[in-house]
Amino acid sequence: MNLDPQIPDGPIADKWDNHRFSSKLVNPANKRKYRIIVVGSGLAGGAAAATLGELGYQVDCFCYQDTPRRAHSIAAQGGINAAKNYQNDGDSIHRLFYDTVKGGDFRSREANVYRLAQNSTNIIDQCVAQGVPFAREYGGLLANRSFGGAQVSRTFYARGQTGQQLLLGAYSALSRQIASGQVQMHTRHEMLDLVKVDGHAKGIITRNLVTGSTDAWTADAVLICTGGYGNVYYLSTNAAGCNVTATYRAHRRGAGFANPCFTQIHPTCIPVAGDHQSKLTLMSESLRNDGRVWVPLDGKNCDKNPNDIAEELRDYFLERKYPSFGNLAPRDISSRSAKEACDESRGVGPGGRGVYLDFADSISRLGESAIRERYGNLFQMYERITGENAYKRPMRIYPAIHYTMGGLWVDYNLQSSVPGCFVLGEANFSDHGANRLGASALMQGLSDGYFVIPYTVGNYLASTGAGTISPDGPEVKEVLESVKERTSQLLSISGKKSARSYHKELGQIMWEYAGMARNATGLQKAIGEIQDLRDHFQKNLLVPGTGDRLNVELERAGRVRDFIDFGELLCRDALERNESCGGHFREEYQTKEGEATRDDENFAHAAVWEYKGEGKTPVRHKEELQYENVKLAVRSYK
Amino acid sequence: MKLTLKIWRQTGPTENGSFESHVLDDVSEDSSFLEMLDQLNEQLLKQGNEPIAFDHDCREGICGTCSLTINGYAHGPENSTTTCQLHMRKFNDGETVTIEPFRAKAFPVVRDLIVDRSAFDRIIQSGGFISVRTGSAPDGNSIPISKVDADKAMDAAACIGCGACVASCKNASAMLFTSAKAAHLNLLPQGQAEKDARVLNMVSTMDDSGFGNCRNYGECSAACPKDISLDYIAKLNRDHAKAKIKEIFS
Ligand SMILES: Cc1cc2nc3c(=O)[nH]c(=O)nc-3n(C[C@H](O)[C@H](O)[C@H](O)COP(=O)(O)OP(=O)(O)OC[C@H]3O[C@@H](n4cnc5c(N)ncnc54)[C@H](O)[C@@H]3O)c2cc1C
Ligand code: SF4
Ligand code: FES
Repeated sequence: MNLDPQIPDGPIADKWDNHRFSSKLVNPANKRKYRIIVVGSGLAGGAAAATLGELGYQVDCFCYQDTPRRAHSIAAQGGINAAKNYQNDGDSIHRLFYDTVKGGDFRSREANVYRLAQNSTNIIDQCVAQGVPFAREYGGLLANRSFGGAQVSRTFYARGQTGQQLLLGAYSALSRQIASGQVQMHTRHEMLDLVKVDGHAKGIITRNLVTGSTDAWTADAVLICTGGYGNVYYLSTNAAGCNVTATYRAHRRGAGFANPCFTQIHPTCIPVAGDHQSKLTLMSESLRNDGRVWVPLDGKNCDKNPNDIAEELRDYFLERKYPSFGNLAPRDISSRSAKEACDESRGVGPGGRGVYLDFADSISRLGESAIRERYGNLFQMYERITGENAYKRPMRIYPAIHYTMGGLWVDYNLQSSVPGCFVLGEANFSDHGANRLGASALMQGLSDGYFVIPYTVGNYLASTGAGTISPDGPEVKEVLESVKERTSQLLSISGKKSARSYHKELGQIMWEYAGMARNATGLQKAIGEIQDLRDHFQKNLLVPGTGDRLNVELERAGRVRDFIDFGELLCRDALERNESCGGHFREEYQTKEGEATRDDENFAHAAVWEYKGEGKTPVRHKEELQYENVKLAVRSYK
Repeated sequence: MKLTLKIWRQTGPTENGSFESHVLDDVSEDSSFLEMLDQLNEQLLKQGNEPIAFDHDCREGICGTCSLTINGYAHGPENSTTTCQLHMRKFNDGETVTIEPFRAKAFPVVRDLIVDRSAFDRIIQSGGFISVRTGSAPDGNSIPISKVDADKAMDAAACIGCGACVASCKNASAMLFTSAKAAHLNLLPQGQAEKDARVLNMVSTMDDSGFGNCRNYGECSAACPKDISLDYIAKLNRDHAKAKIKEIFS
C-alpha cells in the first residue's frame, strides 16, 4: 500500500504556496471535458461541488437526503475557528496550527494542519460574502468567542446555528451551479460501492432510494465527502442516516482506513433517558463558557434537588483538577472526568449517568436575559427533551460519541491510497490527529472543499487526461452486479430480527469496550462478540418488502452490515495502539493520577489498515509522522 | 402510555392511500414522537408487516427533514417545535393520534408519510444565493453590518426548509419560506446587487411550482417551528412590487 504523504518541500509556511505553483493546471477550455463525482453535500462536499462546478468541470453530486441542504453539517452549533486575530489577543496562523496539533495529541500531519490554519481566514471572508449572517458586535464588525481548549477568541458563530448557516451558504453556491447546469444533483441516492478501472477510481454504484434502482456512474475522479462514522455506536449525536458505508466500501476496494479508533466523545450531551432512545443530543460546548460542571461530593446526595445541595457539598471537579482551564478543559479530558465521577457513584439523573452543568453563577452575574441571548435556543431544546427548565435548575449532561477523527487515509492532496479517489471533510483522517478541537471540523470541511481540492484534483486530472469510462464497461458491470447480489442477499435472509435491533446490540458492545475507556481484554472480547453478531445477522436478519421501491429497512440493513464489519476494525485498531492519546484512552496506559500516557517512541504514526478480503484479518501499515515545527510535549491542561 | 394511532399509508405517488389503525402500548413519556414511531415500526415488523415510511434525519430540530401532520397540525400541536423534538409527555394515555403526510399539490406523496419537497430547492436555485466566486471575497470585516440588520437576517435565515408553512396553509402557499429566504439575503449589504432579480425569479418559480396564493391567513407562521415572522411576507411583497416597477421602467 502506497502511503507516501506527498508533503511538499520547503519551510512549513511556504509549502502550500509552493505546491499550488508546482501543481499542473487544467486548461479552462478543457475543464468541461472532465466529469467529477462528489459524494456528499455537507460542508466538504457542498463546497467542493459548488467550486468545481464554478471552475467549469462537469460535476455529479450525490446525497442520501431529499435535498443537499440537510447534510449533517447543518447540526453544528458552536462555531468555526479562524486565525483572523480580529480580537488582537495574540492569535496567529502559527498559533492555530500549534493548538490544533497539540489538541490532536501530536497524531496529525503537520503540513496539512498548517495549510488548514492558513486557509481558515479565507473561509470567513468567503462565507461573509455569501451572506452567512455571523454574529456581529455593535460596531458592525464580526464577533468572536473562545471555544473549548483555546485561550484566544477565534471562533466565529451564527447564534447556536453556525453549521446550519455555513451549510446554507455552501448550498446556495451549489444551487447556483445546479441552476447553471454545471452540477447535476442526485438526491436520495446512496453510494454503495466504488468502481476502479486499471487501479484508478472511475465511478460509483448507487441505489436510488425512491425507485430502488441500482445504477453505475462514471467519472474522471471520485470525491468522497460522506462524513463520520459515529453511528457505529448506535447512540451518538449524528443524524440517523450517517453511515460508514461509502467509506467502508471504498476501503474494501483498496483505500486504506486510518486510525479508526480515534473517536471523540463530547462532554456536553443530554444523558440517555431510557431504552427508546434513538439518538443523543448535543448541548453546544459553548455552554461551558458560562456553566460550571459539578457533582455532589458525596454520592448520597445524588437524588437530592441540586438547588438544595450546599456549595461546600459540591465538587466542581474540572476546576479542581485543571485549575488553569477549569470548565473549558479539552473534550476528552472533560468527558473522562465526568465518567470517573459517575463511576464513583456520584452521577445524577436516570441510571446515575449524568453530571450538572450549572448556570446559576452566570445568571446572577450577567442576568438571565444575557444568558437567554447567548443560549436561548439550547435551553429551549433542553426543556423540550427533558421537561426541565435549566434557568432554574442545573442542566444534566453526559458525554456521547460525537465526532470521528479516523477516516480514509489521504495524502497532502487529499487523495486516498486509490488514485483518483479523494476524501474530504470528516470522512478523511488527516487534520485532527487523536482529538479534534471544538470549532475546527467546520473549518476543515470548508477548507478541503473550497480551497484545497480545486488545486489538487486539477493536478490529478491534468496528469491523467479526460476520458470517462462508459458505465457499460466490464469493470463497472462487475461491481454493479456484486452490489445487486448483496442487496438480494439481505432481502433473502428472512429471519426474525430487525436491522435496528442488531445496530443497538453493536452499539452496546462498542460503547462498553471501545467507548471512553478501553483495555486489551475488553477489546478482544468485543471483537469476538462482533463476529458472533455478524453470524447471527447473516442468519436471522429480517428485511420486509422488496428492493424495487423505497425500503427503509433495506437501507438500514445495508448500513448496519457495514457498521458491524467496521466496528471490528475499530476495535482491532484500538487494540493495537498500545498507548493512550487524545480520544483513545487505554486503561493500561495511564499515570498514577489517571492521566493518559502517550508513547511517542512507538506510536507517533497513523495506523492505516488494508482490507484483505471477507473474513480475512486486515493488515496494519504505518505512516510515520514527522514533527519539525512543533516539539512533542506532554499535553498538560493543569 | 397506550395510544391508538391512525396513520396514512400509501405505497407510491400514483396509488391511492388510506388510514390504518394501530394500537401501541408501553410508550415512554420521555420518548420523542419519532421514537414512538420507531417503536411502532418494530412492532409492525414483528407482526410481519412493512414498517411505515417517514422522513427524518438529525432528530434535533435543525435539518428540516421530519414532517408529519399530527392531529391536524403540521409538526404537531406544540408551538415552535419540529416533529422530532415533540415529546410524548405532550400526549395523554389512551389518546387517539392521527398522523398524515404534509399535504400540498406541490409536495406529492412519495410513500406513506414521505413527501417530495424538491420544489423548495428549485425556488432557491432560481435566485436564493449571492453570486460570489470562491476565493474572490474581500476581508470579512471590510463591510461593517449593524448588529440589528445582522440579527434580522439571521432571524430569517433560521428557516429549516421543512414545509410546515405550506402544509398548514389552506392555499398551500410557499410565501413564508420564499420570503424568509429572500429576506435573509436582501437584508444584507452583500445581497443588494442581485436583489431585484432574486425577488422576481424566486416568486415566479414559486408560482410555477404549484403553490397557491398567499391570502394572509397567517397559519404558516403559527405552524412554523422556527417562528419565522409574517413581516417577511410583507417585505417580499414590497420588494417584489419595487422590482416589478423597476422592470417596467427599465
Ligand atoms: C451535533 C453536532 C455539532 C457539531 N458542532 C460543531 C461545531 O460547533 N464546530 C465544528 O467545527 N464542528 C462541529 N461538529 C462537527 C461537524 O459538524 C462535522 O464534522 C462536519 O460538518 C462534517 O461535514 P462533512 O461535510 O464532512 O459531512 P456531513 O455534513 O455529515 O455530510 C455528509 C454528506 O454525505 C452524504 N452521504 C453520507 N453517506 C452517503 C452515502 N453512503 N451515499 C451518498 N451520500 C452519502 C450525506 O447525504 C451528506 O450530504 C458538530 C457535529 C455534530 C454532530
Ligand atoms: S418558514 Fe418555517 S415552516 Fe416554512 S419552511 Fe421555513 S421553517 Fe419550515
Ligand atoms: S429530523 Fe431534523 S428537524 Fe426533525
